[in-house]
Amino acid sequence: MYLGQVLGTVVAARKAKNMDGLRLMLVQPLTEQRTPKGNVVVAVDAVNAGPGDLVHLVSSREASLACPNTFVPVDAAICGIVDALDVEAP
Amino acid sequence: MTLCRVKGTVVSTVKHPTYKGLKLYVVQPVDENGKPVDSSFLAVDQVQSGVGDLVLVVTEGNSARQIFKQKILPIRSVIVGVVDAVDYHASTVLEAR
Repeated sequence: MYLGQVLGTVVAARKAKNMDGLRLMLVQPLTEQRTPKGNVVVAVDAVNAGPGDLVHLVSSREASLACPNTFVPVDAAICGIVDALDVEAP
Repeated sequence: MTLCRVKGTVVSTVKHPTYKGLKLYVVQPVDENGKPVDSSFLAVDQVQSGVGDLVLVVTEGNSARQIFKQKILPIRSVIVGVVDAVDYHASTVLEAR
């Protein structure tokens, strides 16, 4: 589970059948200091996040468990919009 | 399971319903000497730990589902213990704080 910032949306007209209706977002994974970490990922949105939002995500098999249909071919899902992130300065 | 140090808290109002009432922390994996290794990640708290605590974290979804007794649970990492001390080669190498 990790933090990320939503960069934008991804639209795919043709996709796996059971992925219909899922919102796809472009997300930059972040460290707890809010600096970018690793490559940008495409994640399913389970909470109606928007571009610019700081979010937390879950990866792997558990990502599909955040979707209405839990047997979908996804490997990252946005599980919450972060209101506050309290960490000590580095 | 990995040894981690709790580094901070994450607060969110809009979230997946299964996260309701759960505490979400930023945790930093540490080695047997307490030195940070790898990058930090998020974990759900199950043992009333706090910021600064040395904790035990499982990072595997099936364990999380067993802990919360739910079949559909989009959670992978759970804090399952607060560590008091780590003994290694017959000496205490790591204390709680």
